[in-house]
Amino acid sequence: MIWLQLFYVYLKIGIFGFGGGYAMLSLIQSDVVDQYKWISLQEFTDIVAISQMTPGPIGINSATYIGYTAIHNAGYSQGMSILGSSLATFAVCLPSFILVLIISYFFSKFKNNKYVAAAFTGLRPATVGLIAAAALMLMNKENFIDYKSFLIFGAAFLLTWKFKVNPILMILLAGAAGIVLYW
Amino acid sequence: MYWTLFLTFVKIGTFTIGGGYAMLPLIQREVVDKGWLSKEDFIDLFSVAQSLPGIFAVNISIFVGYKLKKTLGSIVCALGTILPSFFIILAIALFFTGVKDNVWIEKAFKGLRPAVVALIAVPCLTTARSIKLSYAQMVIPIGAALLIWLGNMSPVWIILAAIIGGLYYGLKIKKY
Repeated sequence: MIWLQLFYVYLKIGIFGFGGGYAMLSLIQSDVVDQYKWISLQEFTDIVAISQMTPGPIGINSATYIGYTAIHNAGYSQGMSILGSSLATFAVCLPSFILVLIISYFFSKFKNNKYVAAAFTGLRPATVGLIAAAALMLMNKENFIDYKSFLIFGAAFLLTWKFKVNPILMILLAGAAGIVLYW
Repeated sequence: MYWTLFLTFVKIGTFTIGGGYAMLPLIQREVVDKGWLSKEDFIDLFSVAQSLPGIFAVNISIFVGYKLKKTLGSIVCALGTILPSFFIILAIALFFTGVKDNVWIEKAFKGLRPAVVALIAVPCLTTARSIKLSYAQMVIPIGAALLIWLGNMSPVWIILAAIIGGLYYGLKIKKY
């Protein structure tokens, strides 16, 4: 059952994941954390942090990690868990394959298609909402434990927004800040 | 040829941290400078890949692979992009459960988590700015965010509503 659910959830993420990695986060979270409870919100936040520091798209990273963890937490062996992570990664890429192969067939028609352009007048602003939802859903008591959390959030926001600090450096700085502040 | 394609995309998958758009200059350098695609073709692929759902880097690699070597080429290129992050994250998944309870790691992650929220909040604002939302249009992202956040609505419904609303607005009102 969990295998089917895992496949279904990541297939859905692959089909509806418009607007890039950050917009995909709320889609991943609403199923993986809220509905199926495969991982906690805190673990989800940790995966996003790890994704920022490691190569590759966040969609792949989350599929690989959550596929492993979901199967592992369901009581299966390590080998089966690796299979789970392969399944989720495969599922999230499958819709891309099908779509790209179809579109390659009539590429020139798709390129300046008025329906696609029209759909994006709605999708573009909605994407901003999806990213905002991802940020809002992570602002809870598990991630913001005391006033120090708000200090780190404020500093990280300012450094990224105003001074364009690189995300990897930001993660490293925040980790160091955590060690110092919670000494 | 397949081996070269595979290695090229392994390189692209390995050396781009931060995903998606960070990969673009590297993909362009590898694919256009090797003469596999013209610059115009690449820009076309890029704009179409952007309007598709799914993982942007994977979409681009499937497109390039298909253009060069049809279905097998697209599988080879996609695998090249996916495998480096797959193995790295798998290693972390195997290893992280063991170190998660280490006091130092725990403290570092207490600091990391609020910063992650900031790292998501900033692109939200920069995207809002880059698409030049009017005050009236702000209703869409604010409504969408509230419905998902407080209303527990699945983002899938928001996306479907956005597509339908966009089609109606674009075709009936703006008349593309």
